[in-house]
Amino acid sequence: MAHVGHRLWRGAVCFALALAIWQLVVTLSGVPRFILPGPWLVVQALGVNAALLWQNALWSAGNLALGLGVGIFLGIETAMLLTLSRRARWLLRPMLVVAQAVPVFALAPVITLWLGYGMPSKIVTIALVTYFPIASALFDRLMALPAGLSDLSRLSGANRWRETLLLRLPHAVPGLISGLRLAVVYGPLAVLIGEWVGSSRGLGHLMLMANGRGQTALMFAALIVLAALSLLLWTAVEVLARWAARRYYL
Amino acid sequence: MTAPAIHLSGALQGAAAPLIDRFDITFRAGQWNVLLGPSGVGKTSLLRLLAGLPSAARLNGRIAADDDRPLAPRVALMAQDDQLLPWASAMENVTIPARLRGARAVPDRATALLVDVGLAAEGGRKPAELSAGQRQRVALARTLYEDRPVVLLDEPFSALDVVTRLKMQDLAARLLCGRTVVLITHDPAEALRLADHAWVVSRQGITPCSLPEARPPREIDAPETLAAQADLLRRMGLAAPAQVA
Repeated sequence: MAHVGHRLWRGAVCFALALAIWQLVVTLSGVPRFILPGPWLVVQALGVNAALLWQNALWSAGNLALGLGVGIFLGIETAMLLTLSRRARWLLRPMLVVAQAVPVFALAPVITLWLGYGMPSKIVTIALVTYFPIASALFDRLMALPAGLSDLSRLSGANRWRETLLLRLPHAVPGLISGLRLAVVYGPLAVLIGEWVGSSRGLGHLMLMANGRGQTALMFAALIVLAALSLLLWTAVEVLARWAARRYYL
Repeated sequence: MTAPAIHLSGALQGAAAPLIDRFDITFRAGQWNVLLGPSGVGKTSLLRLLAGLPSAARLNGRIAADDDRPLAPRVALMAQDDQLLPWASAMENVTIPARLRGARAVPDRATALLVDVGLAAEGGRKPAELSAGQRQRVALARTLYEDRPVVLLDEPFSALDVVTRLKMQDLAARLLCGRTVVLITHDPAEALRLADHAWVVSRQGITPCSLPEARPPREIDAPETLAAQADLLRRMGLAAPAQVA
């Protein structure tokens, strides 16, 4: 696995370089630590506040997992429904298009107003933000059956249901993957915004608190934990994408 | 399974302009009927209409089987690009029409057909792991799996290299024996090799060709075949050799 070793090495070099530049900027400019703490201070903040960060990270990750789950499930259901039912298509397709243009993040304050500071408002925000990319990417691909397969379906006398199950869905796997790629980028962002708008727990909440108290190093530490969470999700989707590429296309 | 003869008469109208003027032909029951013509003349449209598939062209006329039963449910189609499912094994690709219809797949039958087309060992492979020729063999096995009396072939061998193409032609001639086959091609050599009956398709209509006496699949290098090929090329618009040079 020299290939993986090479990539790890390359990643480590890039990371070290970024840290060095960060430290250099802090040292040379002499900015106070409440404006920009150096990397070492942030590492210390990570260590000192480990328990606090862990608790809040668990809360945010739980919300994220639930919200993503709901968003992905509803996204797949919607795409399937639109594919199977001409009437649903007629009614809902324009909505799907318009919803793409609405910045769903902007709904976070309204959702918090309606559902309160707790978990439900976060789950709904995350679900909404991930739902549309999943539904739309999957649906586009479900409707784009290649002409040859469409002929095959017709000549075989397939009904819409079997055509969708046996031809359209396997063909649409790449669409689902691109939807998931977007969802794991938007998801953590939605957690953060949801918690900024109003919450009593979570990494976003912790960042606001730390900011208010001038604990900039802690703020950066929370940011790093959130980034790690995003990276974890991103890796999971990449693994899934590779499995799907092997399973479905080779 | 009784293979019907198919009458085809009328004129083919394209989306913008007329494609083929008046014709009235009969594809013979249980034989190889070949339509020969240049690309873009409307051969594929004609075949799609025979199969009951959507087409940009419209037939002002009539398609009918000689037993007056509907044609579309008795038709299988094999096209130039193999149209296999990239995510499914050769075996699954062979049985997909049955599963699409809601019938149970019969693995033994699929295995037997894969053996017939010379892919006994490749049943578990996916299309990307097969050569172009092997993929067309899978497509042929799939066409046979449905056991339809009418088989429409839309230039199924034209993307293959010469040797593979000749082997596939022999295989198809053997395995599709007894069915009403309609093959469209732009290759006179292919038409001469496989046809029991052949027609040249042009803007002006569809006119029958005379074929060598020998039974298909004919030898490609027999003098009669070569002479007939030269004749066909001239009918398709190629000037006499002296003038070409």
